[in-house]
Amino acid sequence: MAEAPFGLLAELTHRCPLQCGYCSNPVELVRRDAELPTEDWLRVFDQARSLGVLQVHLSGGEPLLRPDLPELVAHANSLGCYVNLVTSGVGLSRDRLHDLAGRGVDHVQLSLQDATKAGNDRIAGIKAFDRKVEAAALIRAEGLPLTVNTVLHRQNLDNVAGIIALAERLGAERLELANTQYYGWALRNRAALLPTRDQLAAAGPVVAAAQERLRGVMEIVYVIADYHEAHPKPCMYGWGARQLTVAPDGSVLPCPAATVIPTLPVENVRDSSLHDIWHDSPSFTAFRGFDWMRDPCRSCPRKEVDFGGCRCQAFQLTGDAAATDPVCSLSPHRSTVDLILATEVAPAVEPAVAMRRMS
Amino acid sequence: MLALGAVPRIRRGVKRGYDQIRSAHVVLFPEGVLVLNETAASVVALCDGVRSVGDIALALGDEYAGVEPADVAELVARLVDRRVVDVDG
Repeated sequence: MAEAPFGLLAELTHRCPLQCGYCSNPVELVRRDAELPTEDWLRVFDQARSLGVLQVHLSGGEPLLRPDLPELVAHANSLGCYVNLVTSGVGLSRDRLHDLAGRGVDHVQLSLQDATKAGNDRIAGIKAFDRKVEAAALIRAEGLPLTVNTVLHRQNLDNVAGIIALAERLGAERLELANTQYYGWALRNRAALLPTRDQLAAAGPVVAAAQERLRGVMEIVYVIADYHEAHPKPCMYGWGARQLTVAPDGSVLPCPAATVIPTLPVENVRDSSLHDIWHDSPSFTAFRGFDWMRDPCRSCPRKEVDFGGCRCQAFQLTGDAAATDPVCSLSPHRSTVDLILATEVAPAVEPAVAMRRMS
Repeated sequence: MLALGAVPRIRRGVKRGYDQIRSAHVVLFPEGVLVLNETAASVVALCDGVRSVGDIALALGDEYAGVEPADVAELVARLVDRRVVDVDG
């Protein structure tokens, strides 16, 4: 039997007031009328806890758009889970936050798009900056721990020092600086988002110095830009190893991006239990462990470190989800990534970002 | 090496619990989950912001044989690294 998962990413809705062009939601967003009703989510949380889940990440889209959020928070908390609210901050009033905290939210992750109001609001596609600053103050006043999440890309990477300073000013205990990972919307907008090598080289020491300076005050987590690396990221710490995602329509996914693999037979909580899906479904067992690997991964000692990288990226860039992640320097497809970097990092004409929208 | 006079305290936002599924004490925090063995669970339970590392070693000595203050200090230092506890003093 596979080991039990620790985390459930509950994408309660794909609806969101923000329109970030790197959104981790799929390009085909789930519409409101296809969202799971409250009772299904309550059942999903019960099944997740029975399966071993101890952390519930209430995410979206914007989870505050679900009127049943208080009930869902209370239920996840009653099961003994750590409840993490992942929000844009838009729609988070003092009363709403106080109620959610009382029902058991343990931690809030607040997105921030850039260091300045102008940059933030341009990337988010709406005037959200002031509400985020206000939301951070409310979270601090409520006594909840705060993580600020910023996705980095060509349009804000030069401002990383300002982003760190702002996160400090907002009172964050953690700052996640995550270079864009190219799936869904981010893949569509890759030519507008891929950072240059010079940008990454300049940001690295700034982040490292801040990590040192802020030790014990604000932890800074830096997620690498994998296209520029020689080895792949340890995506999800292995397929079906630690976490599962339930999408707004009840699809159960080994990672939030997994719908990009069209041959993956995705199961739904409306039809099967999380236990059966986690342990026995073709989708979760497809790339679990090491048996599915071919060379160069199969005989590579790094497979214990990076698990062959990302299956979704392998599919997107090579057409084969079982291939070695093509960012790996040992992949026969590394030239594909190099060609993308050569052609998209410094385009002759800066492409417009396709803002995230329901189709 | 953490001083025996250091006073550890569970960080804000960190939750302790018992997981019936894994039959183990756990600590839950934003970054993840730690599944604790019995000794670690006893140490975490005593990180109350009042007792020092030395006090915790003494208290555990009543319960378990052969508790070395240095071992407790090392365990607390690891919990500090994982951002499960803060240390004053």
